[in-house]
Amino acid sequence: MFSRILIANRGEIALRIIRACRELGVKTVAVYSKADAKSLHTRLADEAICIGNPSPADSYLNIPAIISAAEITDVEAIHPGYGFLAEDAHFAEICESCRIKFIGPSPESMKLMSNKMAAKDTMQKAGIPVIPGSMDIVKNKEDALIESKRIGYPVIIKASAGGGGKGMRVCHNDISLVNAFLTAQSEAEAAFGNSEVYMEKYIASPRHIEFQIIADEKGNIVHLGERDCTIQRRHQKLIEEAPSFSLTDQMRQKMGEAAVKGAKMANYQGAGTVEFLVDGDDFYFMEMNTRIQVEHPVTEMVTGIDLIKEQIKVAAGEKLSFKQEDVKIRGCAIECRINAEDPEYDFRPCPGEIKAINIPGGPGIRVDTHVYAGYSIPPFYDSMIAKLIAYGPNRKQAIITMKRALDEFLIEPIKTTVDFHKKILNNSDFQKGDFSTHFIEKFFTKKEEK
Amino acid sequence: MNIKKVRELVEIMNDNDLTEVEIEQEGVKVRLAKKAYGIIEPTAPPSAHRKEQIMPSESGLKEAPEDGMAIKSPMVGTFYRAPSPEMEPYVEVGNVIQKGEVLCIVEAMKVLNEVKAELSGRITKICVENAEPVEFEQVMFLIEPV
Repeated sequence: MFSRILIANRGEIALRIIRACRELGVKTVAVYSKADAKSLHTRLADEAICIGNPSPADSYLNIPAIISAAEITDVEAIHPGYGFLAEDAHFAEICESCRIKFIGPSPESMKLMSNKMAAKDTMQKAGIPVIPGSMDIVKNKEDALIESKRIGYPVIIKASAGGGGKGMRVCHNDISLVNAFLTAQSEAEAAFGNSEVYMEKYIASPRHIEFQIIADEKGNIVHLGERDCTIQRRHQKLIEEAPSFSLTDQMRQKMGEAAVKGAKMANYQGAGTVEFLVDGDDFYFMEMNTRIQVEHPVTEMVTGIDLIKEQIKVAAGEKLSFKQEDVKIRGCAIECRINAEDPEYDFRPCPGEIKAINIPGGPGIRVDTHVYAGYSIPPFYDSMIAKLIAYGPNRKQAIITMKRALDEFLIEPIKTTVDFHKKILNNSDFQKGDFSTHFIEKFFTKKEEK
Repeated sequence: MNIKKVRELVEIMNDNDLTEVEIEQEGVKVRLAKKAYGIIEPTAPPSAHRKEQIMPSESGLKEAPEDGMAIKSPMVGTFYRAPSPEMEPYVEVGNVIQKGEVLCIVEAMKVLNEVKAELSGRITKICVENAEPVEFEQVMFLIEPV
């Protein structure tokens, strides 16, 4: 086991990693930007090093500063958390060359999965269903027209190097296709520095279901069930749940096996997530995320497995302490991402000082947060301030517990999405489990109609 | 009112734990007031501020220095006072240095970075020991401008 780890991240995930390290007896080094000098993760780590100015480029994305901090504190490993450098293969390579263990998969696995087309190709070779689409990059508008006929409308044009909903265009006919194709290319160039796009069949009302996998360095790969992340706004997840209300046991088994097979094909090590789009009884591989995810707590609640500890253990060379048959999914967990945003004003971020906060508690509640009364939310980073997780023996009870907890969650005076989540939880379609990725869009339109 | 009477008043105050006494006699008013030492600070709100004063790392000043202009480290690394172990340090306390002069080296990832003075002045304090780690904007030198 490592004796000291540096956490190359901030906020709630830095705190989460520190907690796992403490329980494992591992010493921790926190790094922070000037804007995070009063952040909780710097207080609870054994050491804290200021690495730069507030902007992410100067601090949490500043590879030389982070490596330098790792060297002067003599750490054996770096945990990248999620976001920032978590899926930066170049950073993983530098760690390797500095003989610091990067807690995550190899740079090769990361490169393979970050290239969306190459990832699809790999999965297809493993016999995993992928969304019908272009076999390769679509080079020009003439090819785009040919592909769209082959795939069949509606189609979606996506950036090969992309994600987060950028560089995506949906078209229903030839008339809009050429324009959409050219726009998607420019957007991709602007957002990712790479204008390459590919095309896929567009699935109108899918559910977004992802499987958590974990692999040790001895070839053992296990899946820990799925998470349903269908409730999204502009491709940003708002609510996640485990297990998925919509999956039959049969589909769960098939998809779980597909996820493990895909991870094997990528020679995967560490924690990862295989994302699928589900359309009725069909499921299609969408992409693989080569990091621990924000919503990992819901999987932890229903399996009883501490994912961060497992990540650290497998990175330290230990064998996975459980087999597939040992993994049991019990009960239901729901997570609400609480953001410092104002839903009344298009979710604009609301940084500032938290003067008063009451964190929910009681049975079935877990709150992962780095904020406290007197803490000032800096404007330089994402707006998520807390994850509220409710657990119950079934989905109905988990919803009751979540609603009760949301009522207890007081954060003043900044605006947050707590009330917005209450409205979603009270929505009958949500309660029935009857929703697709368009739920939030429809939800808003309904509100306006009222 | 004479000094003896004032002394008696003080005794009365002390014996009865009084902080203020005012007495008027024959047109003369005397007021004695004790300074209240040990004022109770309002309690800090219950929060993680408990550890506010305890900085986890030992790496030196995080507050603004008391005297002189601070020269801060531009990066995370290891502080060296001389270009190499056998050579003399760039500067000592008391030296008058010019703007642009090299004061020290901060080494990061095997690259030796020269840190130059942003102002001219006399070095009043060297705040880091040779070969100690420094973090971003950690104060290394205090300079009195001349």
